[in-house]
Amino acid sequence: MEILEQKQQEVRNIIQNPTLTHEQTMMSLAKAAENILVTPGVPEEYYQMWRDGLICDLNEGHAPYSPRYILPDYEKFFRQGSEFLRLDPPKTLHEAITNLLILYHHVPSVTHFPVYIGRIDKLLDPFITDEAEAKTLIKGFLLQIDRTVTDSFCHGNIGPEATRAGRIILECERELQNSTPNLTLLYDPAITPDDFAVACVEAALDCAKPSFANHQMFLSELGEDYGIASCYNGLPVAGGAYTLTRLILSKIALAAENKKDFMERVLPHTIDVMCQFMDAKIRFLVEETPFFTCNFLVKEGLIYRERFNGLFGMVGMCECVNTLMEKEGRTDRFGHSKDADALGVEIMNLIQARVNSHKNPYCEFWNGSFMLHAQVGIETDKGTSPGTRIAIGEEIPLYDHLRQAGLFHKYFPSGTGDIFPFDITSSRNPAAILDIIKGSFQVGIRYFSTYSSDSDVIRITGYLVKKSDIAKLEQNQQVVNDTVVLGMGAVHNSHILDRKVRSL
Amino acid sequence: MRAPVNKIIDHSVVDGDGNRTAIFFQGCPFSCLYCHNPETISLCQKCGACVSHCPVGALRLEHGEILWREDLCVGCDSCLKVCPHNSSPKVREMTVEEVLDRVEQNRPFIRGITCSGGECTLYADFMTQLFKITRERGLTNLVDSNGTLDFSQADDLMAVCDGVMLDLKCFDRQAHIRLTGKDNDLVLANARWLASQGKLPEIRTVVIPGELPNQETVREVCKMLSPYLKTTSIRYKLIRFRPWGVREPYKSFPVPDDSLMEELRQIALSYGFTDVLVV
Repeated sequence: MEILEQKQQEVRNIIQNPTLTHEQTMMSLAKAAENILVTPGVPEEYYQMWRDGLICDLNEGHAPYSPRYILPDYEKFFRQGSEFLRLDPPKTLHEAITNLLILYHHVPSVTHFPVYIGRIDKLLDPFITDEAEAKTLIKGFLLQIDRTVTDSFCHGNIGPEATRAGRIILECERELQNSTPNLTLLYDPAITPDDFAVACVEAALDCAKPSFANHQMFLSELGEDYGIASCYNGLPVAGGAYTLTRLILSKIALAAENKKDFMERVLPHTIDVMCQFMDAKIRFLVEETPFFTCNFLVKEGLIYRERFNGLFGMVGMCECVNTLMEKEGRTDRFGHSKDADALGVEIMNLIQARVNSHKNPYCEFWNGSFMLHAQVGIETDKGTSPGTRIAIGEEIPLYDHLRQAGLFHKYFPSGTGDIFPFDITSSRNPAAILDIIKGSFQVGIRYFSTYSSDSDVIRITGYLVKKSDIAKLEQNQQVVNDTVVLGMGAVHNSHILDRKVRSL
Repeated sequence: MRAPVNKIIDHSVVDGDGNRTAIFFQGCPFSCLYCHNPETISLCQKCGACVSHCPVGALRLEHGEILWREDLCVGCDSCLKVCPHNSSPKVREMTVEEVLDRVEQNRPFIRGITCSGGECTLYADFMTQLFKITRERGLTNLVDSNGTLDFSQADDLMAVCDGVMLDLKCFDRQAHIRLTGKDNDLVLANARWLASQGKLPEIRTVVIPGELPNQETVREVCKMLSPYLKTTSIRYKLIRFRPWGVREPYKSFPVPDDSLMEELRQIALSYGFTDVLVV
């Protein structure tokens, strides 16, 4: 009875929360209902680790009824239309945009919004006949996405080739100044013309998008059919990710006696429990829900179960290394000492080997193993930096910083990234910033984001938020985009606005 | 081989295209009234006048040599302010290898290097050696010059130099002498020759209302160079005079307003220059 009353109070709190829009209220209620269930097969030890903050399930819900991230094959959708949605293949730009917006509405995810909207430049470019008309339509398309996909984890891709549609998208985004969709240039200096890449830098300095993904690196790991979804997650198109759970390395280090205890006992054991937890969630989704047998995306061949994978996430490498160094009686700090960085690499090698040795029957795409993911942090994280990033406030000179980050990006085919805001003077020479991005790819950077220190739209950790929306929410006003809540939390807890601004 | 280096900026976005490492050499044959970094004009006389003014004890005079402790220096520039010789105690005599080591640390984030000053062409042989190696490493080499070296005769240097960014301070000979202490015959000849070779990516003029014949300079320079625009692109950078770093009494020269800069920009555009930048 006590549990019932507790649940009733939870529901009442959601319904009475004045800052939630109708849609946000509905989604919170759905989560409350789902969490009445218990995921079968979760090892007992997981719950203690969860309470101790060693493992975090990102509040995914106890009974996953759709995959966390879905990347539909939009090209195929254009070729064949959809029987379920009663849509024919588009013949005009107007039809192409209408079809996409309809399909987006039906692509689930952990946030209930589509986290991947396709290579939108290539999808739309063949339909462009008149550029002025195309701009009007594409601007409306992007506006519609921002106001109805009210969540910044929605991600579009452009490039690596320059297209008319790509240029129009950049122009529109600079005019619109919206946080959604997030945007990534799949960048290959050998394919992407410099003038288009420079236009992307200019847009990024103006509206914090696009980011730059190391196309060659992703291509070599994931193959041609990949996309960047959600924050910066590299995933197979026509597939996606079942789930994402994360190790809180900063807390795991605190639970260890010393470095030896961490490397030999605490970390391996936590990894094993997290793998078993992920096994249980994936098994539930695949075997006990009808998603992979009944959803039209599967039935129409827009996604394949075999192209989904589990994402093994982690955060807090910086604080983890610093804590272990302290426990060894040393003052070395992550990013500031060769030994500290080497310890970080040693930890990554251990995690990679241990995770790869665990096999899950539903992870065929990645050789039966989970993919590593440098999780970008959540709004309640305190004293825990995203993935393997150097803590805000402890940044080092730019070239050194890029080389340091480059040591770690290779471990994360399913996503990692660093953010380097630039000042106004540097913004005057976007070609110089492009040189730095090109150089960064050569030292192992997988994903590079930038914005200008005076933009309204800024990158929080992976997603984008308008600073003006945060200001509204701080005054308890409703805002249409649900991610603003996360952005406000991150600004308060992770000092996002104190990130070092680079001047050249 | 050694050359006196005033400083190296690892990433510069204002010394040529893209991101570059800029090397500032010490010494200049001109002494422009409006010089923004007069501490680069002369070589150190080792008089020691700066030593007692250093607030952190980073300077010493020993056996006739000035010793500068970079690790102690706080960059307050007190030494530069008191130097009676338009010089700096922080200049280092560097070898080509030492400069290359520094450049190497900045790869692969830069697309090239820029030699500036002072007047870097005083050390043309040093630059030639430096450029040969940086070019082999895939970097581009730019020179930022006042035009006092006859580039048409500097075959070895020009074989490895991708372009010269040239100061065209005044078109009128007498005005040039008043401003810099030297005539501009060679400067103008250099501008024409470099343009004809496609090695003049940028020209610059500093603008001071009332003190310099700004309109005439821009007009005549554009008239002189416009025939070359058919075959090469030349950026015209029009630079507002600013008092920072400038010596007394020239510090009080007036700063040009937007309308004057726009008028000059329009003159350049009317002669077919398409890339005119006001800074």
